[in-house]
Amino acid sequence: MTMKISTRQVDGVTILDLGGRITLGEGSVQLRDSVRDLLAKGQKKILLNLGEVNYIDSSGIGELVSAYTTVRNQGGELKLLNLTRKVHDLLQITKLYTVFDVKDDEASAIAAYSQA
Amino acid sequence: MPRKRRDLRSEDRHLTGQQASRITYTLDSSLDSVNKVEQTAEQMARKAGVDEDEIFRISMAVREAAVNAVLHGNAYDPDKRMTASFEYTGADLVIRITDEGKGLDPATLPDPLAPENLLRGSGRGIFLIRSFMDEVHFRQLHPGTELTLIKHLGTAPTGA
Repeated sequence: MTMKISTRQVDGVTILDLGGRITLGEGSVQLRDSVRDLLAKGQKKILLNLGEVNYIDSSGIGELVSAYTTVRNQGGELKLLNLTRKVHDLLQITKLYTVFDVKDDEASAIAAYSQA
Repeated sequence: MPRKRRDLRSEDRHLTGQQASRITYTLDSSLDSVNKVEQTAEQMARKAGVDEDEIFRISMAVREAAVNAVLHGNAYDPDKRMTASFEYTGADLVIRITDEGKGLDPATLPDPLAPENLLRGSGRGIFLIRSFMDEVHFRQLHPGTELTLIKHLGTAPTGA
């Protein structure tokens, strides 16, 4: 029921591999804390790999939006990678799909970060 | 004043014929209750024979309604209960979620698709419920709110 997060670095980009459910409570809090920790360490190029996320509720969607705005407000970039169809559809319905920078290939996602 | 039920989970179930069924839970204001309600909706939709995409939409709408009741309605108050009833008429799934909160006027909810609201971190629950269900009705209980979610499944499946 809970969410799993693992972190790795590729070419200066921090990739968060997320799996499970991003929902009100534990999943949303985990995501928020992880992004905050990265920002606190100065890691502002963040790629959220949602390939193993099989469920997300409105709270989880809100957390993605908050993560996006928080990172952006600190001069960073947050992109989404490997959306499942359910998450893709939810972002379409909520008109957020075009707000986020969504990628479906890790290498091109990493290459898309600015070289600051 | 609303009655204060001390039992955390009471269940009554009665069958009226082979197709129709109804289950009612009275639950405390917790995330465990939200999960329980979501799982019940999923099981009921699955039993009704709808496809996986529709099961996802129904169970998510019901989850959002339960989150609304527990979080925004009852504000996790341990003295307040959420009631969830699930009815399968053979043609429709009817789910009613009630809370004992201050009440919710859906007309006052901001449009989450408006450009000025797109980047808000909350406010999409009722929108998703309306997107995923065929009918959504609000009723003020003074105190509390009853949300009725209906999914039309078409003709009743044959039992024989």
